[in-house]
Amino acid sequence: MRGFRYLSGVASLKLNAEKCTGCRVCLSVCPHAVFTETDDRRVRVADLDACMECGACAKNCAFGAISLKPGVGCAEAIINGWLRGTEPSCGDGSGGCCGTAPMAEGEPAAPA
Amino acid sequence: MADVRQASSTLTWRDTIARWALRWDIGRERAVVEPGLYRVGEPTPASPVFVTANYRMTFDLVRRDLLGIDSWLLVLDTNGVNVWCAAGKGTFSTKELIVRAAKSNLSGHVNHRTLIVPQLGATGVSAHEARQLGDYRVIFGPIRSRDIRAFVAAGMKTTPEMRVVTFTFAERIVLTPVELVGTLRGWKLLIPVGLIAAGWLLGHGSLAAACQPLVAYIVGVLAGGVLTPALLPWLPGRGFSLKGALAGVVAGAAASLALGSEPLGVAAGTLLAASVASFVGLNFTGATPFTSPSGVEKELRLALPAQAAAAVIAGVLWIVQYFLG
Ligand code: SF4
Ligand code: SF4
Repeated sequence: MRGFRYLSGVASLKLNAEKCTGCRVCLSVCPHAVFTETDDRRVRVADLDACMECGACAKNCAFGAISLKPGVGCAEAIINGWLRGTEPSCGDGSGGCCGTAPMAEGEPAAPA
Repeated sequence: MADVRQASSTLTWRDTIARWALRWDIGRERAVVEPGLYRVGEPTPASPVFVTANYRMTFDLVRRDLLGIDSWLLVLDTNGVNVWCAAGKGTFSTKELIVRAAKSNLSGHVNHRTLIVPQLGATGVSAHEARQLGDYRVIFGPIRSRDIRAFVAAGMKTTPEMRVVTFTFAERIVLTPVELVGTLRGWKLLIPVGLIAAGWLLGHGSLAAACQPLVAYIVGVLAGGVLTPALLPWLPGRGFSLKGALAGVVAGAAASLALGSEPLGVAAGTLLAASVASFVGLNFTGATPFTSPSGVEKELRLALPAQAAAAVIAGVLWIVQYFLG
C-alpha cells in the first residue's frame, strides 16, 4: 500500500517459480500489489514486505505455487489465541476488532 | 419473479442512523440481513450477479452503489460480518457461495454462471474451486463498492487502483469510535474505577492529585485510540506500539503538566499514558488492512513486556510520590 509500511522481513509468503504458470490470478486478487509480472510471463514477489498474509493469492492459485501462513493481523485475535491456547481468534467479531470495520465495502469515500 | 426480494438503492434515514450507530458498535446484533437473492432495479436473466455479505452496513453500501445498475445481489450468510473479515473467518467461502446460489435458485433466475465477488472476498472464495465444484465463473470485482460503476463501465474489469486497499484519513477516523467503545467493555471498565480509588488513596485529599492516574489513563486511551489512527502515517516508526507510545508520551506529559503534578507525578502520568496508548494503538492493527499476523505477533512479543513494565513503574512512582508528599 502506498504510504503505509508495516514491519519488514516477517511475511511468510513463498512463491514456487517452478509451479507458476503465469496465469496472473494472484496479480488480480492481491490487495497490496505484492506480485509483478516477469519478462518470461510468470510472476515474482516484488514487494514481500507489503504482504499482509491474507492468503487470497494462495487460495486462488490453482497450481499450488504459493504458500504462506495466512491469518488476521490483529493484536486482540493473537492475544485471544495465546490465552486460550488456540489459533488466533477474533471472538465474536465485536469490539475493536474487524467485526464492524466497513473498509472492505467501500466506505467512507462518499459519506451519505 | 415476484419471489425475489427487491433491494432498493435508496438509503433511508433509518439506514443512515443504523450505519452511524454501528460505527459506535451499537446495534450489532440487529445488523444482520436475510441471506439470499435480491433484485436491484429491473434485472433480466442476463443481468450481472454481484455477491456480498449479510452485514447490514455492507449490504446497504452495495445496494446504494448499485444505483442504476439492473442486477442481482446474492447475499451470503456471514453471520452479519463484513466481507473481508468473514472471508478471513471462513464464512464467506466457496462452499457458502455455491450453497447459497443453489438455495436461492439462482439458475432459475439468470441464464449465465458468472458471479462477481468483491476482491477482498478472495481470501475465502477460490475461483478455480468454484469452477470445479459448481461450474461458476468467478470474477473478482473492485475492493470498494463505490468503484462498481466504473468496473461495470469498463466491461467488468478492475483497474490497478481498484485492486489496492487504501487507508485514508477518513477511512481511519470512522474506525476510531469502535476502538474507544472497545476499551469500555467488560473487565476493562474496572481499570478506571481502580485508578480513581488509587488516585484517591495516594492524593492526600487533593482533587488534582487524585485525578492524575485516571486522567493519564483516559489520555492514553485517546492517544492510542484516536491520535494514533489519525496520525498513523506521520508518527515515527513502523510498529503500532511505538507509534502509540510516542503519542501517549506527548499527551500524557501535557495532561500531567496541565494538572500541575509534581515531577514524579508527571513522570508517572507520562509512563502510564504511554503504556496504555501503546497497547490501544497496537490493538488498532485489527482494523487496518495492511498488518500481517507474523508482524503483529512479533510486535506483541516485544511490546507487551515493555507496556507492562511502564505501567508498573508508573505505579511505583506514584507510591514514592505519596511518601515524599
Ligand atoms: S496464481 Fe499461481 S500460477 Fe498463477 S501467476 Fe500467480 S503464482 Fe503463478
Ligand atoms: S497473502 Fe494477501 S497480501 Fe500477501 S501476497 Fe497474497 S494476496 Fe497479497
